[in-house]
Amino acid sequence: MKTAVIVFPGVNCELDVLHAVTALGGEAALVWHRETDLSDFEGVILPGGFAHGDALRTGAIARFSPVMASVAHMAGRGAPVLGICNGWQMLCEAGLIPGAHIANRDLSFICRFEEVEVVDTGSVLTRAANVGQRLRIPLNSYQGAWVDPSGAGRVVMRYVEDPNGSQERAAAVANAAGNVVGVMPHPERATDRLLGSSDGEVLLAGFLESLVTA
Amino acid sequence: MRVTVTIDRRPEIADPEGTTVLRALHELGFTEARSVRMDRVIHMDVDGDDPAELKARVEDMCRRLLANPVLEDFAVEVEQ
Repeated sequence: MKTAVIVFPGVNCELDVLHAVTALGGEAALVWHRETDLSDFEGVILPGGFAHGDALRTGAIARFSPVMASVAHMAGRGAPVLGICNGWQMLCEAGLIPGAHIANRDLSFICRFEEVEVVDTGSVLTRAANVGQRLRIPLNSYQGAWVDPSGAGRVVMRYVEDPNGSQERAAAVANAAGNVVGVMPHPERATDRLLGSSDGEVLLAGFLESLVTA
Repeated sequence: MRVTVTIDRRPEIADPEGTTVLRALHELGFTEARSVRMDRVIHMDVDGDDPAELKARVEDMCRRLLANPVLEDFAVEVEQ
């Protein structure tokens, strides 16, 4: 059961994700965004960063990378796909999760721990957590506010206190089936007490479990 | 041909940057400013002879890449 961690030019969290998944006993490999074959993998993580320097809109260029057709194909057949921060922005641009992202309400780059609450455990990210469970996870974004005029997005985690103006205080949103999830705070940066929190483990562990059952 | 693409954020989508600029204008005494929207204009040179055909191509560029259909509307103008 292997997870592809996709590397786009300008992302910077791929090694953190790789480390976190491996430390949890999972198997993962970095895959360059120009690859097209993901047949060795059961799941995908799109890590955070600034793909293509955020040119035009966050995620707007990355969504056309050759690998994204395979990601969409896997998403369509129910495989677990997780986008973290910039990865979530890519999933929205690709139409795999409803909505889009705009700048934080106060136009500040937010880089701090935020408390989030799990509100829906029917997703590959939240399946191992409990409804109402609160987690401390670092947020690190500028275009962090999710908007979804369609109302189709399924909010699976909310900020306890609204940091950025995200609609419904959404910190993580899934597609209707729950196998594709975007999350704005970084669970991979909260996987060791040395990092100040290990609350992200329940999320990534749930994702890895979902590979087995997908 | 010279093409101008205007990309406007939909009125119902918040524009925090516009709000901040409006506040700054008010602080400078320009209290008559009622609203500010930080929309975007893209200038392009595009090969082609038929303006209608070219406009349709650029509109396709907008739908695929230049505009985000969740957030934005676009208008394409071809300079004759």
